[in-house]
Amino acid sequence: MKQTLLTFLDGGVHPEEGKDLTAHLPVEVMPTPDEVEILLSQHFGAPCQPVVKRKTMVTEGDLIGEVTKGLGASIHSSVTGKVKTIGSAPHPMKISTQSVAIETDHDAPQKEYSPCDWQALSREELLARVKNAGIVGIGGAGFPTHVKLAPPPQAKITTLILNGAECEPYLTVDHRLMLENADKIIEGAKIILAILGIGECHIGIEANKPDAIEAMSKAAKDGCTSGDCRISVDALKVKYPQGSEKQLIESITKRRVPAFGLPMDVGAVVQNVGTAKAVFDAVVLNKPLYEKLVTISGLGINRPANLSVKIGTRLKDIVAFLGGTKENLAKVVLGGPMMGFAIPNLDFPVTKTTSGVLFLTNDEIDTTPYSQCIRCGWCLEACPMGLSPNEVGIYVEAGRAEETGKFGIFECFECGSCAFVCPAKRPLVQFIRIAKMKAKR
Amino acid sequence: MSVSPHVKSKETVGRIMWTVSATLVPLLISSIFIFGFQTLVITAVSVLSCVAVEAISQKCLHRPVTIKDGSAVLTGLLLAYVIPPGVSILVPVLGAVMAIYVAKHLLGGIGSNIFNPALIGRAFLMATFPVAMTSAWLSPSAGGFFGHVQTGVDAVSTATPLFVLKHFGIQGVIDKFGSLPAVYNHFLMGLRPGCIGETSAVLIILGGLFLLYMKYISWHIPVSVVLSVAFFTWVFGGDAYFTGNPILAVLSGGVLLGAVFMATDYVTAPSQPIAKLIYGTGIGAITVLIRLKGGYPEGVCYAILLMNAITPTLETHFRPRRFAPPKGAAK
Repeated sequence: MKQTLLTFLDGGVHPEEGKDLTAHLPVEVMPTPDEVEILLSQHFGAPCQPVVKRKTMVTEGDLIGEVTKGLGASIHSSVTGKVKTIGSAPHPMKISTQSVAIETDHDAPQKEYSPCDWQALSREELLARVKNAGIVGIGGAGFPTHVKLAPPPQAKITTLILNGAECEPYLTVDHRLMLENADKIIEGAKIILAILGIGECHIGIEANKPDAIEAMSKAAKDGCTSGDCRISVDALKVKYPQGSEKQLIESITKRRVPAFGLPMDVGAVVQNVGTAKAVFDAVVLNKPLYEKLVTISGLGINRPANLSVKIGTRLKDIVAFLGGTKENLAKVVLGGPMMGFAIPNLDFPVTKTTSGVLFLTNDEIDTTPYSQCIRCGWCLEACPMGLSPNEVGIYVEAGRAEETGKFGIFECFECGSCAFVCPAKRPLVQFIRIAKMKAKR
Repeated sequence: MSVSPHVKSKETVGRIMWTVSATLVPLLISSIFIFGFQTLVITAVSVLSCVAVEAISQKCLHRPVTIKDGSAVLTGLLLAYVIPPGVSILVPVLGAVMAIYVAKHLLGGIGSNIFNPALIGRAFLMATFPVAMTSAWLSPSAGGFFGHVQTGVDAVSTATPLFVLKHFGIQGVIDKFGSLPAVYNHFLMGLRPGCIGETSAVLIILGGLFLLYMKYISWHIPVSVVLSVAFFTWVFGGDAYFTGNPILAVLSGGVLLGAVFMATDYVTAPSQPIAKLIYGTGIGAITVLIRLKGGYPEGVCYAILLMNAITPTLETHFRPRRFAPPKGAAK
């Protein structure tokens, strides 16, 4: 059956997918490490305050960090054991943040969760479970999910969109999750629909994952028996950044979220498929979010894998579990190769928003020094937001970053498409970051 | 620094420049068969001069030497291609100094020049060697592609079809080649007097299709230049309105070479589709204006240079469509 693939109109690029390394590998549960280090800032908003003290005994799933002000999501222990230190740990975006290190008691019994009938729960109870489980948008932004699922009354939400695009090269966890847990994602989607009080859900999946499209379509058909529940799977054209929130909404609803607006402005709520699975765990099993699926990939690691790890697992423990890195390893990236952060060492722990760790060799990355802009205009064609990265770069280099507001830099979400296509290898995203710091909004 | 994105496309400035240069090589080979080895000598001198001038300019200006990126080679080829085959080898050397040192590096180097360097080189040579640049034509070998090798500079002095067209009308051109179909035939194969790289219409079109396939150029500029030349010639180019010969106009002179390889230069052309169409149409209109009313038989070079001058304005005015900009934002 030939289906028309949905896509966004402007911009986009086609990086090499690199997903073959791990797409075929089932999710493997990594044994609990001897020690985990759980960051107290794993979400969009203020960091959590620790509610445990040094030497406190904690059980898997216990609350260890709570939200004291503003936006946030609570944080739970991923292991049973003793709090070793409350200190600070390196954070990919915030340099360092408060953290709780817990020594694992390997003899403690595994925590068991038994399913409940969520249909019997009220909307408030459902939302409370999502909140108590500390769920955040695990696709990357880390926005607290319970806030997204309680839109203000004036917002007219009509559509739930589940993001299964997984457009970043190399990453395959969403793909595997959709293959292995399609029914739970659909159940999670039904819970979210119940919380939002709507019936329409679209699941967007890039066409390079036909098996996931099939599995999800089947699960949607099986799980969606009542008349109000309309869950459909939309095959999306393979084009980066298909999984970006605004682009995904455009692909599926043909509506564009205005600049500085939110998806609710066009009646949509977007959740990652992984977040839907987390909602299932939180509501049906009453299990907080303390495990994470991560793709460990790249030619620089001995054994690429899709792993289920305890949040707080340090990257060095993962590397040891996967047989170490190769000699020609050149760069370690937290996240995908287009938007991820390069990290200087392996002390970083996995957080709720870690979707992958890439061990890249010189064959995979680009280290060519950059040169002058030749005005080819390829970045203008690539930019999904219709911005002018070339001009911003030239202004920043000329010391006139303050004047770049007119190019719409604050609409840039740093997808990297411009720098990806630039034949002069100009660090356009970096120029835009500098511009954002200096220009007035 | 190690900043995202960590992966990049395989395209580089060097790859673009070398690929376009390679696309131009068949034209050189055909010109050797058409006009003789003199074209190879002039092209080699032009390319070597451009590379040398680039290296010296960058050394003198304390900039990194970037001759490996192929852009000086490309300029060298294009400069040679818009020079008559019968000129002295001093001509391309001077053209190279003007193109690379003055028109490119004094204006800031690659990406910063307003005008197409090769065409500035040609415009300069037109002013300094007006006689050679408008009369050092060689007659193509009459006996077919491979039978003929010409050696001398002063082999045959002849007139270009555009000169004939300007002064003797279309009948003059037909008389020279026998019949109108014979004219088209000769022009498509490049068997006519003209600048070194401008005569082989078929090879230029094939090169353009290759660049389109590589996505190095878009169709907008070449198509609008060609259609514009054809249209304005058809309207104004005959004895009465709407009687001009658009095909002959497009195949003669440097229209195709200019449309495919000169007007599409990234640095000096606008980037947005509508701006490209305006730019290309303008080039065509000015070309026809110069051909019909100006003092020169050919006007492509000046047409492109004039439109280069308004490229910054077009570029400022025509921006990409923003995703969903805030109200009141600049478009």
